[in-house]
Amino acid sequence: MAKLTLVEAINLALAHALQNDPDVVLMGEDIGLNGGVFRATAGLQQRFGALRVQDSVLAEGVIAGMAVGMAAQGLKPVAEIQFMGFIYPALDQICNHMARMRNRTRGRITLPIVVRMPHGGGIHAPEHHSESLESLLCHHAGLRVLCPSTPARAYGLLLAAIRNPDPVIFLEPTRLYRLARQEVEDDGVAADLDCCHLLREGQDVTVVCWGAATHDVLQAAHTLERESIDCEVIDLSSLSPIDHNSILDSVARTGRLVIVHEAARNCGVGAEIAATVAERGLYHLHAPIRRVTGYDTVMPYFRLEHDYIPSVTRIADGIRETVQA
Amino acid sequence: MHSVASFDIRYRQLLDAAGIPTGEWPGFAHDPAQLLAMYRMMTLCRVFDTKAINLQRTGRLGTYAPCTGQEATHVGVGAAMQADDVLFPVYREYGTQLWRGVTLAGIYTYWNGDERGTWFDGPRQDFPWCVPIASQMPHAAGAAMAFKVRGQARCAVAYIGDGGTSQGAFYEALNAAGAQALPLVAVVVNNGWAISVPVAEQTAARTLAQKAIAAGIAGIQVDGNDIIAVRAVMEEALARARNGGGPTLVEALTYRLSDHTTADDATRYRPAGELEAAWQREPLLRTRHYLQAHGHWSDTQEAALRADCQAQVDAAVSAYQALPAASTDSMFEHLFAQLPHDLQAQQASARHYAAHKG
Repeated sequence: MAKLTLVEAINLALAHALQNDPDVVLMGEDIGLNGGVFRATAGLQQRFGALRVQDSVLAEGVIAGMAVGMAAQGLKPVAEIQFMGFIYPALDQICNHMARMRNRTRGRITLPIVVRMPHGGGIHAPEHHSESLESLLCHHAGLRVLCPSTPARAYGLLLAAIRNPDPVIFLEPTRLYRLARQEVEDDGVAADLDCCHLLREGQDVTVVCWGAATHDVLQAAHTLERESIDCEVIDLSSLSPIDHNSILDSVARTGRLVIVHEAARNCGVGAEIAATVAERGLYHLHAPIRRVTGYDTVMPYFRLEHDYIPSVTRIADGIRETVQA
Repeated sequence: MHSVASFDIRYRQLLDAAGIPTGEWPGFAHDPAQLLAMYRMMTLCRVFDTKAINLQRTGRLGTYAPCTGQEATHVGVGAAMQADDVLFPVYREYGTQLWRGVTLAGIYTYWNGDERGTWFDGPRQDFPWCVPIASQMPHAAGAAMAFKVRGQARCAVAYIGDGGTSQGAFYEALNAAGAQALPLVAVVVNNGWAISVPVAEQTAARTLAQKAIAAGIAGIQVDGNDIIAVRAVMEEALARARNGGGPTLVEALTYRLSDHTTADDATRYRPAGELEAAWQREPLLRTRHYLQAHGHWSDTQEAALRADCQAQVDAAVSAYQALPAASTDSMFEHLFAQLPHDLQAQQASARHYAAHKG
């Protein structure tokens, strides 16, 4: 079994899908000979040809819109948006058409599309290259939104997304692309959708997080161990729909909830989790719910991005205060 | 300085407003049976449209987008397409849809606020009406890409209005289709008005067909009230696209003889006399003049056709009004192949309150 980075695991899943399903077509800017700006599609055009791995024109709206027309013909497009900050021109297509077509045709036209994109900051990128905009998409009915946190999970979730008969937004944390290696078996096994994953069992507090933040949360949990604070860490993984039941089960055991995300706080996915626990699990709580998030500011240019992204210290402080409350 | 490229936009008309042939006719136009089939469909559209406005005015239909005046473009495009081509309409091209097998009752069902109207018993792959302006254009380019990937000799046909040509998605789709030589034919129905804004205020371009030039694809202007020219131009563009010759932009010059929708009042913004002048160029009358002048049609046949269309429309009205009410569950049932857990609870709630609203 090979030890792979997250971006290599994505490449492996894409290759597996292209190899085993003739309907799978990759499209996006610079994904062909160049292999994508993060090399997620490296070598795939050479292996599968320019009709299966297509360099798109430089227009995100047309990439998403053409995916709609292709999927309606039975293809399974996997479209890459080069950075999440460039999603806005594609939102008309994603929200008005991808998300709605099955419903508005009463199931006549269905759209098995995956829209992949790098998510979040922390890699010293230019402006508009470090955004965490999952809330924009989670608010829309008809979409699934996924965000893996490890190479193996990225492989399994991407295969699940490609095989799903409905549109899936697949967020790839840029900070994790090459952060760590993990053994990933190219077994073609898809991960379960619509569920979260327990990364660490603990008794004192439930910490819900996703994407790159999971690594910082695990580090904070390790630090807090020395203070005898025992954290249960949940990787949300599916940002829409949210596996509320698993979170509520955990909170029923620990009595405390901290939510950590890199995206801005206002109307963030964390607010939805907090509201649901308040609605359905308030009597299990021994302390107020706390969110540790990006600030409600513009995502700063890279000199200040580490002041924006919740640090291990900030996360540990939030957990400590919640446990001691 | 010297010229590095020059371009020309051609205009085609084959039947003038008086019903007089004005150019060399293509093969189909010499067959009266084919002309009569198209004339019958244009008449059905006119009768259907008149009834729809009446239904809306009497509270039996929601806001409706009429097609009167544009029947030659709509039916001519439909007649030029193959059954396995795919249509990407805007929201008033009923002539094309009816030609391709969409039912009158289905169209009424849709405008009566019910998604079941998009079921399309006939052309199963045709897209439903597209309300966000120009966003259908990339869908058509995508379908055309699928035909290319699979090596199929099929075409995507996308409609857009004159106002829609101001949208980025319009140009982006043409550009992408040109760059990849996709089998796409885009039809700009230039009816003069984007709700209240005339074409001259929409763009400084002298024609909308010339917007093809920037995308590097073929562009042509046609008399959109001349069903023979529309079909001829479309047949040529579709044949070229099918043979790998790439996309074409067809600008059909017509006129919106109605309001934008039943919620609009065009007397607020249209200059006096323009509508009356446009009625002199309308598509049904010139076709009928030609057919009658050449002995292919009579007043008696006209009366019988009108009665037959009225009967079809009346039957369609009865059919959509007899449709059982949509179930509350249906707004959940078609969101996903598998409904996520939390939505099941919302579905139960919606069902509960729907049951108690009476």
